[in-house]
Amino acid sequence: MLNRRGLIAGTAGLALAGPALIRPVFAQGSGPIRIACAGPMTGSNAAAGEQMKIGAQQVVADMNAKGGVLGRQLALEIADDACDPRQAVSVANQLAGRKVAMVAGHYCSGSSIPASKVYAEEGVLQISPASTNPKFTDDGSWNTFRVCGRDDQQGQIAGAYIAKTYRGKKVAILHDNQAYGKGLADETKKALNAAGVQETLFAAYTPGERDYNALVSRLKGAGIEVIYVGGYYTEAGLILRQAKEQGMNVTLIGGDALVTKDFWQITGAAGEGALMTFSSDPRQRSTAAAVVQTFKAKNIDPEGYVLYTYAAVQIWAAAATKINSVDPKKVAEAMKASGPWQTVLGDIAFDRKGDVTVPDYVFYVWKNGDYVQM
Amino acid sequence: MAYALQQLINGISLGMIYGLIAVGYTMVYGIIGMINFAHGDVFMIGAFLSLIGLVLLSMGGVMGGPAALILVLLVSVALTGLYGWAIERIAYRPLRGSFRLAPLISAIGLSIVLQNFVQVSQGARVKPMETLVRGGIEVMREDGFVVQLAYTQMLIIGVTLAVLAVFTVLVTRTPLGRAMRACEQDRKMASLLGIDTDKTISLTFVIGAALAAVAGTMYLLRYGVIDFYIGFLAGVKAFTAAVLGGIGSLPGAVLGGLLIGLIETFWSAYFSVQYKDVAAFSILVLTLIFLPTGLLGRQEVEKV
Repeated sequence: MLNRRGLIAGTAGLALAGPALIRPVFAQGSGPIRIACAGPMTGSNAAAGEQMKIGAQQVVADMNAKGGVLGRQLALEIADDACDPRQAVSVANQLAGRKVAMVAGHYCSGSSIPASKVYAEEGVLQISPASTNPKFTDDGSWNTFRVCGRDDQQGQIAGAYIAKTYRGKKVAILHDNQAYGKGLADETKKALNAAGVQETLFAAYTPGERDYNALVSRLKGAGIEVIYVGGYYTEAGLILRQAKEQGMNVTLIGGDALVTKDFWQITGAAGEGALMTFSSDPRQRSTAAAVVQTFKAKNIDPEGYVLYTYAAVQIWAAAATKINSVDPKKVAEAMKASGPWQTVLGDIAFDRKGDVTVPDYVFYVWKNGDYVQM
Repeated sequence: MAYALQQLINGISLGMIYGLIAVGYTMVYGIIGMINFAHGDVFMIGAFLSLIGLVLLSMGGVMGGPAALILVLLVSVALTGLYGWAIERIAYRPLRGSFRLAPLISAIGLSIVLQNFVQVSQGARVKPMETLVRGGIEVMREDGFVVQLAYTQMLIIGVTLAVLAVFTVLVTRTPLGRAMRACEQDRKMASLLGIDTDKTISLTFVIGAALAAVAGTMYLLRYGVIDFYIGFLAGVKAFTAAVLGGIGSLPGAVLGGLLIGLIETFWSAYFSVQYKDVAAFSILVLTLIFLPTGLLGRQEVEKV
């Protein structure tokens, strides 16, 4: 039998030696260029995190197959923030410590915004495929970009649509009190009120719970016919499912966070007819055809944010190639100054804030377990 | 009126689930005077085992008849009971003679172990399940407001009452129940009188875990969405329920669960939805200021 003291000493020795063994070798100017994809790989938004991961892995593989960027291979790091702002900051510090040139991420606005401050200080370029809260680029400094739209644009479209289509019906606006959800709900309310429609109820719910029956009964009591949810798919799905279960006849409208098949898995048949705003389907665009084919061959459906993440890395690579440098500040300048950049999403150009110049939000509707453009 | 009735139904069915979990906290506290912080995660394990059972059955071509549901419930109860037994044997019994904080810390550690185990083995994604028990009955109708009582709500209320009735008989009428009560009053004296205290404590954990498995299965059927983290929130609420009702008291746990469920629901119904937890916990604090042992707790010689 192993001597206990020896065992303890051995374990302690291993524990101490561990970090030394796995310490990364830093290389500047040669060797692979590190880039990162950061998002919720775990937690209730893991479906979106996985989309980002798939997109990032594919773009890195495709670029490396073509000889990399500036003659150097790309090395991809995947980081998990679980959509938790605190974890996002610690992940951002880790990635900065590992000297990544750019981060494609994060997903939740509540994570992207605090992380962007760390990246700005540490000299990391950040392109979010999904964070739509206006504050992300409004407060952002030199390093913040996004390839998606903004909630004020998304909210305007949703608010105007509700005012037009459901005039005279009772509307409730709900949100989860987080950066993305509340921002979206506020913008939608603004647009709705501007169109002369007053919502019947504006309320917040606690994300992460499973029982929204009390809230649903309240909506039922107020005779609500249209629910707008500023929030993520798990909670929106549960609210819709419980509303239908309580015998309500409502239409649920949400934002781009509902664009995942997991939403339908939660709602089941109750999801029929639910609406959401999202960019016109990138999978249908001619620029994406080749990449979509690659994914189809692997039996992956490049839904949601897969192609957005792909495009984020493409733009960074194109800008770096153009100025022949991966220096994040110079690349950021070039991304704003030059362009439009050719991506799988089509041509993308940025304004001075780092927002895309031509956002295109359209409505999707859930039908038979799939979503189709309206 | 109809609105209040609907909210009452919502509150009772939510409170029953809290109550079922709370019984596990209160039993363990009663018998060995420690808070089993891993109990919320045992509830989560129970829910996962039921989900796995249902998936296996549907792969075998059996889709959710009552017999299938009962089978899944029994299997989940048995396996979760086994978890309860193993937890006590591995994490608590070796520390029983140790200082008071030791089992508390191993309980927190175990809670993390269980969560991570499920996260790694089952994946971190939210697991949705198709609604197996659909529909409900219309209780009443008033000014266009229809009060719905879902079959799952009836199931929860019925099963909880039945389980608690069986359990009350077990504690008050059987030799095992007598041994449990004896251990609760004075463990050393009980062992001097020939009661196998280790066995009694083990069985207490098994029963607590079994009740948590029933709660987990009901939760799965009612909400249809679970993940590795559900045990935390449910555990905190159930623990609060146990304290509110008077920790150590079985009827207190159920009463506490119902009260927490009702306070949350009615606060969301008439005041602000986002402050419901603040309301529930404020009432807990107020209760404890005036009734330090909870609603149905007795004055107790100090234990932690």
